[in-house]
Amino acid sequence: MPQVFRPRANALAWTVLIIAAALLVVAVCLAAHYFSSPYYSGVDRTPPQPVPFSHKHHVGELGLDCRYCHTSVEDSSFAGVPESEVCMTCHSQLWTNARLLAPVRDSLKNDRPLRWQRVHDLPDYVHFDHSAHVNHGVPCQACHGRVDEMPLTTQKKTLFMQFCLDCHRNPAPHLRPPDAVFEIGWQPAGVPSEARQRYGERLMARYHTPTTERLTDCSLCHQ
Amino acid sequence: MTLRACRHRRAGTAAALILLSLLLSACEQPDMANQPRLDTYQSDSGFADGMAARPIPEGTVHRDQALNERPTHNPAPINRGTLHRGRQQFEIFCAPCHGRNGSGQGVIVQRGFPAPPSYHLPRLRQASDAHFYDVITHGYGVMYPYASRIRPADRWAIVTYIRALQLSRNARIDDVPEALRPRLREAPP
Repeated sequence: MPQVFRPRANALAWTVLIIAAALLVVAVCLAAHYFSSPYYSGVDRTPPQPVPFSHKHHVGELGLDCRYCHTSVEDSSFAGVPESEVCMTCHSQLWTNARLLAPVRDSLKNDRPLRWQRVHDLPDYVHFDHSAHVNHGVPCQACHGRVDEMPLTTQKKTLFMQFCLDCHRNPAPHLRPPDAVFEIGWQPAGVPSEARQRYGERLMARYHTPTTERLTDCSLCHQ
Repeated sequence: MTLRACRHRRAGTAAALILLSLLLSACEQPDMANQPRLDTYQSDSGFADGMAARPIPEGTVHRDQALNERPTHNPAPINRGTLHRGRQQFEIFCAPCHGRNGSGQGVIVQRGFPAPPSYHLPRLRQASDAHFYDVITHGYGVMYPYASRIRPADRWAIVTYIRALQLSRNARIDDVPEALRPRLREAPP
């Protein structure tokens, strides 16, 4: 019986093995790139809205408090999206004929809510409560970024579980006293960066922040 | 029919049943991130108006709702807590137009909104607490009602804070307890 494999088959076998290994590495790199890309995470996503509302103008330039419109943020899991009546509180007198605001006027006139598109959308298997965070010193900015610099509302954080856990494992550097939670760009006065951790830990004692074990318990968020 | 043929036929039926039962299982994994439930304020809810948030039936009483008439006098105790809360709520909801000092020159007014009267006018210094409460609740002139945005206890806290603002422009040295007066004199103007 003649030889089944010629000498050349050795080289062929190695080539195939090396190509397979290379393809595997490329596949892993591509997957890593994809899952960390803004396309997958939604970072920098700016959903189109019925009215091009600018937080930059209303918060950054006029200095309105977040709670003027998001009234339920301290009492409810949901921060609240303002009724058209809230927009019209000022816009019944200002920019009354602006074409951009026509949907708001029509909404109030016809008693039909505006269809705002959600920018920060967590998966349904996660329970998130706004009140629990802002009442324990977590500033809006920690998850929503500098909305005072956003002409259109954009997602700035990945909102991955890793993002939540980074803070749940060590909340101290993010925490603020109650009066500073809604103040964008706030920094503790007279606290050098190396003392920020200890400053946050003192706040944790004041807020009675749950232990790290509790804060990283699966059932805390996946109820 | 022979015994053999009969057996073949049974096996055929069983195989067909097994294959058919596979059709009963779903083809797709359920989407855990977007579960078939209505989220807060979701649209396309299946209700006639499309809204997931249903209107509150007429006659519904909120569990914290005061069933009595609005009190004629401010029921909020005058203390640090009330003033702190009042200031916080005032600066969120009132200061944009009325200004942080209550003179009626807030940032929205600077942008062209009709200026509200200053709280420091004699007419408003003499107005009752209930007047301010009612204006917050029902609105006044071009001011929209704030009943849906500020809860009753906070409205009273705001009224208390407005009183403090008014007092701040008209305080006399006699109003300060005697023990504290030296400290006031030392304070820079």
